[in-house]
Amino acid sequence: MSRFKKEGKKGVTAINTASLPDIVFMLLFFFMTTTVMKEVDLKVSIKLPDATEAKKLEKKSLVSFIYIGKPSRSYQKLFGTEPRIQLNDQFKNVADIQDFIAQERDAMNEADQAKMSVSMKVDEKTKMGVVTDVKQALRRASALKLNYSSIKTTKLK
Amino acid sequence: MSKRKLQEINAGSMADIAFLLLIFFLVTTTMDVDTGLMRGLPPIPDKDQPENQDQIKERNVFVVKINKFDQLLVENKPMDIHQLREKAKEFIANPEDLDNLPAKDYKDLPFFGRVYVPKNPIISLQNDRGTSYGTYLMVQNEILAAKNELRNELSLQKFGNKYDDLEEDQQKAVKKYYTAVLSEAEPKNIGGGK
Repeated sequence: MSRFKKEGKKGVTAINTASLPDIVFMLLFFFMTTTVMKEVDLKVSIKLPDATEAKKLEKKSLVSFIYIGKPSRSYQKLFGTEPRIQLNDQFKNVADIQDFIAQERDAMNEADQAKMSVSMKVDEKTKMGVVTDVKQALRRASALKLNYSSIKTTKLK
Repeated sequence: MSKRKLQEINAGSMADIAFLLLIFFLVTTTMDVDTGLMRGLPPIPDKDQPENQDQIKERNVFVVKINKFDQLLVENKPMDIHQLREKAKEFIANPEDLDNLPAKDYKDLPFFGRVYVPKNPIISLQNDRGTSYGTYLMVQNEILAAKNELRNELSLQKFGNKYDDLEEDQQKAVKKYYTAVLSEAEPKNIGGGK
């Protein structure tokens, strides 16, 4: 019986933490390589609509983004609350889209230009009027591959 | 040679530094992938070319209209958006060969042989400038879903696999089995608003 009662005088042995940095470094490198810093800061507030058929957007380097939505709180004084278009870091008009597409296209190498696509991130409460204008502008700029950005869900509300 | 041992650098704080960096990257990482509905836009029509749309028979067209109150009018009847998928599926497949649904014809396809399927159904989508984008996208999604569901059902039945898991030439055949073109009306500015 005494075998079980023997309480160790040694106390708890310290766990060897020498390999802890290695583990942490491994994690660190993982996150470092997967991190994508946000390229643009949004000046419009956007709540994307849900869709069940949404597919993953391939090859992000070939995609240009167009943001449409209400200006966020701090810009409302200047730009009002009507939905606005944001290209890169600035508020723009429909007329600027053709230039924007041309610019984006020039920035790519020639082989990729045909694969260029445009992703529209539009707030779900936006009226179609603006969206239609943008779509027409894209057609005129012959950027015909369009992606309606939406959040993948399994069931619609 | 000195008898003194080389002093080791104390690496105890290494973990702390690494943790600090780790937490920084953990916080800044956004893992979300962009998802969306891929759609093509039609090129701008040639102005010199007269439109010959009147050749398309009415039974081959499935008209979906959305007004500025986000209400749907499907084939001249008001409809709830949750019914749209079923209706669109019925239209694309025309399983009972009805007169008011697209005309069927024989088609030779690899894997399937000679099949009797609707020839070229067209889904026409018209929206108002006042329609909300959310509703518009939901309708697009439902129509796409109808097509995808039909293709999935067919793939499961024929190959025992989902459409996305099929070989490329199998996918092609399935795609040709159910075709439906989604066409959007040229925007008209009736009200003259902005």
